Amino acid sequence: MTTIVRHRLFWPAAVLVVLLVSNVFFSPRFFTITLQDGHLYGSLIDVLRSATPLALVALGMTMVIATGGIDLSVGSVMAISGAVSCLIIGDLSDQNSVGGVLLAVGAAIVLALVLGVWNGVLVSVIGIQPIIATLILMVAGRGIAQLLTDGQIINVESAPFRVIGAGYALAIPVSVIIVAVVVAVSVLLIRRSALGVLVEAVGASPTASRLAGIRARGLTIGAYVFAAVCAAIAGLIFASNVRSADSNAAGNLIELDAILAVVIGGTALTGGRFSIAGSVLGAVLISALDITTITVGVPAETTLLFKAVVVVILCLSQSAAFRAAVFRRRRTAPVTPAAEVPA
Amino acid sequence: MGDPPILQMTGIRKAFPGVVALDGVDFSLRPGEVHALMGENGAGKSTLIKVLTGVYGIDAGNIWLDGAPVRFGGPLQAQQAGISTVYQEVNLCANLSVAENIFIGREPRRFGKIRWSEMRRRSVELLAGLDLHLDVAAPLSTYSLAIQQMVAIARAVDVSAKVLILDEPTSSLDASEVERLFEVMRRLKRDGVAILFISHFLDQIYAVADRLTVLRNGTLIGEYPVADLTPMQLVTKMIGKELTVLERLEQEPRTVTADAAPEPFLEAQELGRTGAIEPFSMAVRGGEIVGLAGLLGSGRTELARLLFGADRPDHGSLKIDGKPTTLRTPRVAMNHGIAFSSENRRTEGVVGELSVRENIVLALQASRGWSRPIPRRKQDELVERYIKTLGIRPANPDVAVRNLSGGNQQKVLLARWLITEPRLLIVDEPTRGIDVGAKAEIQRLLVELADGGMAVLFVSAELEEVLRLSHKIEVLRERHLVEELDNTGGGVDADRVMQAIASGANA
Repeated sequence: MTTIVRHRLFWPAAVLVVLLVSNVFFSPRFFTITLQDGHLYGSLIDVLRSATPLALVALGMTMVIATGGIDLSVGSVMAISGAVSCLIIGDLSDQNSVGGVLLAVGAAIVLALVLGVWNGVLVSVIGIQPIIATLILMVAGRGIAQLLTDGQIINVESAPFRVIGAGYALAIPVSVIIVAVVVAVSVLLIRRSALGVLVEAVGASPTASRLAGIRARGLTIGAYVFAAVCAAIAGLIFASNVRSADSNAAGNLIELDAILAVVIGGTALTGGRFSIAGSVLGAVLISALDITTITVGVPAETTLLFKAVVVVILCLSQSAAFRAAVFRRRRTAPVTPAAEVPA
Repeated sequence: MGDPPILQMTGIRKAFPGVVALDGVDFSLRPGEVHALMGENGAGKSTLIKVLTGVYGIDAGNIWLDGAPVRFGGPLQAQQAGISTVYQEVNLCANLSVAENIFIGREPRRFGKIRWSEMRRRSVELLAGLDLHLDVAAPLSTYSLAIQQMVAIARAVDVSAKVLILDEPTSSLDASEVERLFEVMRRLKRDGVAILFISHFLDQIYAVADRLTVLRNGTLIGEYPVADLTPMQLVTKMIGKELTVLERLEQEPRTVTADAAPEPFLEAQELGRTGAIEPFSMAVRGGEIVGLAGLLGSGRTELARLLFGADRPDHGSLKIDGKPTTLRTPRVAMNHGIAFSSENRRTEGVVGELSVRENIVLALQASRGWSRPIPRRKQDELVERYIKTLGIRPANPDVAVRNLSGGNQQKVLLARWLITEPRLLIVDEPTRGIDVGAKAEIQRLLVELADGGMAVLFVSAELEEVLRLSHKIEVLRERHLVEELDNTGGGVDADRVMQAIASGANA
């Protein structure tokens, strides 16, 4: 039991369960999942579906934060990716051409690669602090997206494109499958290769890593590229779901939710050790929170306040010092981790 | 010398788990004197200061200030009682103005509002007292490190003017800046301030100190008027000659054989870096241990870093296997078969957050690149072998390295480089701060590696250790390589090296 409680992800998982269960009091059929027309329906499915863009962005953000950086531009990259893809699809003679949609998707991802290189170069070659370096694209990127769409919302009616965000395969939402595949491939790539440990070393101690012969530059650029590509896919899911490129709404403030998801998942903002599973859990938790505000019937004007309160509770639950003070055991459990062994 | 001491410490004892840092140390300080505290690394100098200023409690002994027994709960209390400390790194806020730095936390106020003009006026007066004329409204960062140091001293003196502790204030200053600092010290001395001065530069001690106290391994060696000791005698007292347990084990001087490779593996010609190490020339051959000897700050580490590409030289050239080479980065050096274990284990060596396994394979993995991970079975095999050979404890590859003791962290760091099978292993202070047993193991290991044909560059502050292991000793003083001594057959003794170290101190 204690080993479960001590697990890094115990408290966020516990909060998630409490959130989901509390929904049942307001919506008794919350846990019911039905099969209609070969599609799974239910509130839990909604939680997963609405978590998909955030989970992808949080996945990319995890790698950037692990290097000791941060990426504020992910929301803008989502907007650009949506704008580019809808622009291309809108220009197709036949919007339902699968080849044309694939071209649009490819173009959005290639552009994201470029944007990621831009961020990475600013941070690791020019040496600008990550928060400032990515702020540039955060501000400029939304402008680029608006420029691409002439400030209009571009609507598309493309069945193949619609599949990405709203389609079903094997009764499961395609967006959920996409995220699952991207996460699985990333975990395999990062943990089966030496990328994970090298990134962790760079994030935890840049000096020691340099003296161990690690070339941090390539790893850092790679992390920003990865974050941009994840954001671009998230942007595609979003655009597909709303059948349009909305440069203002796409990914608006998602960078903050993504950072929150990463932190909830147990990755420290100072870099080093990271947990992809934790970040995905964090994204699902934030999505569950959004859905809960709806089922509980929190008035629209107090939704943000409600979210804030839950986040505060979540953060407190993860603080060992707070737990010790609240549960006030007579044990002499150390409040802080054991001190380092002196040299 | 009839003045009663303003500060007296007697029978001070302080133990940390496993180490006695201070044992029965006496120390006294008179008003109007500069008193140098001397000793090698780990001799207990900083512990003594921390005990005095209340950073650590003491296990036994007494401290009197102005004739009254005192025991401080922390540096703030010590400061209020009249003891201020200025550390090696300037502990000020470089982005604030000079005046703000002097008065931070005790700004002159009226009705809760800071009186800026009053603050500036008093800062100007205070600095003028030290013969410093600065724009006190300018940010501190606009001034050189030396001036910043003096602003720190001005602040310390203004806060409390009885006892001033200067902990290696000169380590980052150049010669003219040091002279300026000494002027300030002499001025304060005339005003009756008692100054405790720590410096690793012998000539500075002779230039400014009146008396000195020597510590070695946490015990008091003695207190002497500076004029009564020659630099040679002082170095002898600091380093000591009594044999430790370890040395008795290996007393027979190692028959340092001359079967080194005829052609040098690495050859430096007039290699140098401004402000770090003056141009030097040396060669290292396979199968040979080259020792770097010299006091702290003599440029040992700086030299070693140039040979690993950790810093870039701005002078001279380097040949590896006879071919001219530029080591732009550590990675380039690694590709040439050079390994470097830093003296700063925690910050530049191991990555504390990562496990023992990850730390051990880190350098090898880095040189293979991210796309070719070392298979887990190979990792386990390598890690297990080195945990066993080096006796790393706990023998658990999955424990985070920050939870290991210093000696075991050092072994992890050595293991990291040994699995890369380097041709030149540069080890900077591999035995510092680790226990006698582990020390002997590491020394034995280095000898075995050299016997196996590896070139070893061995940097250590402990002269005995350098003498025992090295085929060749490069002596450094004040960022110059001053002499190369051939130790084949154990021909060099400590006196000879000390002579080389001390010879410049009389100047």
